[in-house]
Amino acid sequence: MDILPILSTLRRHKITALLIVLEIALTCAIVCNAVFLITQRLHRMDMPSGVAMHELVQVQVATIGAQPDSRARTQEDLAALQRIPGVESVTLTNQLPFTNSSWNSSIELSPTQTQPTLNATLYRGEHLLQTLGARLVAGRHFSADEYMYYEDVQRDPTAVPRSSLIVIITQGLAQRLWPGESALGKTIYLGDRVPLRVVGVVAGLIRPSLSNGDNTAQWSMVLPLRMSLGTGGNYVLRTKPAERQRVIKAAIAALKKLDPKRVITQQRTLDDARAQFFQSDRAMTGLLLGVIIALLLVTGLGIVGLASFWVAQRRRTIGVRRALGATRADILRYFQTENFLLATIGIVLGMVLAYGINLLLMQHYELPRLPWMYFPAGAIALWLIGQLAVLGPALRAAHVPPVVATRTV
Amino acid sequence: MFGYYLDLALRSLKRNKVLTALMVVAVALGIGASMTALTVLHVLSGDPVPGRSGHLYYPQIDPRDMDGYQPGGEPPDQVSWIDGMNLLNAHRADQQALMTGGAVPIQPTRANLDPFFAQARYTTADFFPMFGVPFEYGSAWNADADERHAHIAVISRTLNDKLFGGRDSVGQTIRANDADLRIVGVVDDWRPDPHFYDLYQGTYAENEDVFVPLSTSTDLKLPHIGSTDCWGQTPPGSDGLKQAPCTWLQFWVELDSPAKAAAYKTFLTHYSQEQKTLGRFLRPPGVRLRNVMQWLDFNKVVPGDVRLQTWLAFGFLLVCLVNTVGLMLAKFLRRGGEIGVRRALGASRRAVFEQLLIEAGMVGLAGGIGGLLLALLGLWLVRRQPADYAKLAHLDPVMLLVTFALAIGATLLAGLLPAWRACRIAPALQLKGN
Repeated sequence: MDILPILSTLRRHKITALLIVLEIALTCAIVCNAVFLITQRLHRMDMPSGVAMHELVQVQVATIGAQPDSRARTQEDLAALQRIPGVESVTLTNQLPFTNSSWNSSIELSPTQTQPTLNATLYRGEHLLQTLGARLVAGRHFSADEYMYYEDVQRDPTAVPRSSLIVIITQGLAQRLWPGESALGKTIYLGDRVPLRVVGVVAGLIRPSLSNGDNTAQWSMVLPLRMSLGTGGNYVLRTKPAERQRVIKAAIAALKKLDPKRVITQQRTLDDARAQFFQSDRAMTGLLLGVIIALLLVTGLGIVGLASFWVAQRRRTIGVRRALGATRADILRYFQTENFLLATIGIVLGMVLAYGINLLLMQHYELPRLPWMYFPAGAIALWLIGQLAVLGPALRAAHVPPVVATRTV
Repeated sequence: MFGYYLDLALRSLKRNKVLTALMVVAVALGIGASMTALTVLHVLSGDPVPGRSGHLYYPQIDPRDMDGYQPGGEPPDQVSWIDGMNLLNAHRADQQALMTGGAVPIQPTRANLDPFFAQARYTTADFFPMFGVPFEYGSAWNADADERHAHIAVISRTLNDKLFGGRDSVGQTIRANDADLRIVGVVDDWRPDPHFYDLYQGTYAENEDVFVPLSTSTDLKLPHIGSTDCWGQTPPGSDGLKQAPCTWLQFWVELDSPAKAAAYKTFLTHYSQEQKTLGRFLRPPGVRLRNVMQWLDFNKVVPGDVRLQTWLAFGFLLVCLVNTVGLMLAKFLRRGGEIGVRRALGASRRAVFEQLLIEAGMVGLAGGIGGLLLALLGLWLVRRQPADYAKLAHLDPVMLLVTFALAIGATLLAGLLPAWRACRIAPALQLKGN
């Protein structure tokens, strides 16, 4: 196929050709970035939690009025919940993954440091890691005699024995604090320089809130502190995935039976909490998908419209060419090549634009760089759409009979 | 002439229905998408207290120890009990209120209602007149009630409907955390969005259902909800958060003139210096005094996703418009013959140009109507989202006008180039060709 005649024809339709190129370029740039945003969101929604997601349920209670004997009542609650058939483990905790409200503390690596090293989440609760199903990768869990009541520690932080000044941290936090070294036996200094010795490392335990950035998602630690109803009523139960709804109902009934006056403020599976946590990402993904489809559709239809116009305008020329011996395939190929040329210029421009938009997004939305794979993928997609859109008008052109050449319009 | 041009435009648009439909649909899609995004952005970045926001200021001071100190760093975004009380009692502003959020357990007397938690605000008397809170029944409490630690409450219309069936409940009591609170007022519909005075309750959170004097709330140990930021060591045996080195309260002031605002800022610096001399503060004075809109701006309350959506929608509109320019150009140039004849018969370039622009405007009008319907559909979809701002997404009259202005303006702009190209067609050449 000779490209020169196509170029000389296009030169006569500069503005229209330019508009097609511009439309393809804009579409290419937006679609590349939109697809990239979607993959980012999907990746975010797939974030590892480090806990047995499908086996956990949360039941939160709040009590009204003064609460004497909160420890005894907590033990009664826990015993009653443990008795529910199907419940493998239960504990009272200060917070749970994906619930958005969190306890955090600054961490320092030396007692004389004036600027904190980082800020991490503090989990509390007896046998919390076992109940959540977090996997220990080094060291050990806390032993029963190491646990203290949180309210005692809160009342007098100086009374904590050395044996209880210990912590279990996540692998992510360990690698951030001591890259390439074992964290076991090392000491971190919490908030107001409380020294804590690392005795265990778990594979993962996500923070309840990601407001400090997704890259800090795994910066969590667990302290050997036992919770009681005096400091909140956040129960977490572990059971088989199929039993979760039944366990929630049974747990509420058991808790209400022990104290009819209390209020259930939260009841859900951890999977539901996670779904709710990522709802805006899911909505955004759907929206981006909708925009991509609409954009490709508008661009495709625009090409159909302009190509149809060109075909109609060149009917006589086509007729003449046919009369001079050009086959139908020649005519078809002419329009296809023309579209390919325009699409290619559009795609090249679009790639530059896509890169520019990506740079802007990197600045304002902390996005990573657009992977190079997006460029060939985007190019192929737009070439295909261009060819698909031009096919109809090109076929119509190919069917222009040579006799048209002899008629005056 | 205008009527004649309209008629011509209609005829021309009817002649090629597919092309016209393509243009109208493209404009409608672009307008629909951008108006949906723009309306959400408009609603979310609105002024929560119109007419007052310029006079309401949020003082910040820095009472922390030297740990983590960086010169010029931001002070904490809340105040401690001691500083809050000091600033409140200094009465240096026209009005001032110290407050924090919470949840009050309500024990209804009606047997068919279970106990429940109501969102609450513990505050001081000026809160109501300062923020212009409207009352359905009764009124706010006064400073005297704060002093007396009075067992009183102001409740929302929603809670009044739930507990008292919407009747005037002033003088009745509600049982909260085993204490009786006498209702002194019922707030009429009032929902400032964003929830500017305490963003920790959710940026677009629903309003509180119960308002209790701050002094009373600490007496009754009503649960506090919100952010508590602590440093250093809590003195042993301290009474809850009152003596603790923690910031957990919001302090708002009303200052009616810029001069007063400047004077108040100086006062805050002097206060910080004085506290440093007394040994309570360790850092050099770190003072901020932002008004409502500055405070919202500083906290970047409009979700990043909403901004991204707006950019995306306008990118889409741009593609739709480029598409329309192309199609319109094709359409106008195809009528070269007709335009040539008209020009040859004496129509001026200007007349042809006007007529073609009217045709473009009609596409814009049709696209605007289509876009409006799509925007209504889009906003309906947004409202079905679970985000807390979703319910606010409604088209107001301003945005309705903007929709049509944008649609017609954009299409006229898109029609400029094709119309200009078409009216420059040389009449002789076209006639000869035919």
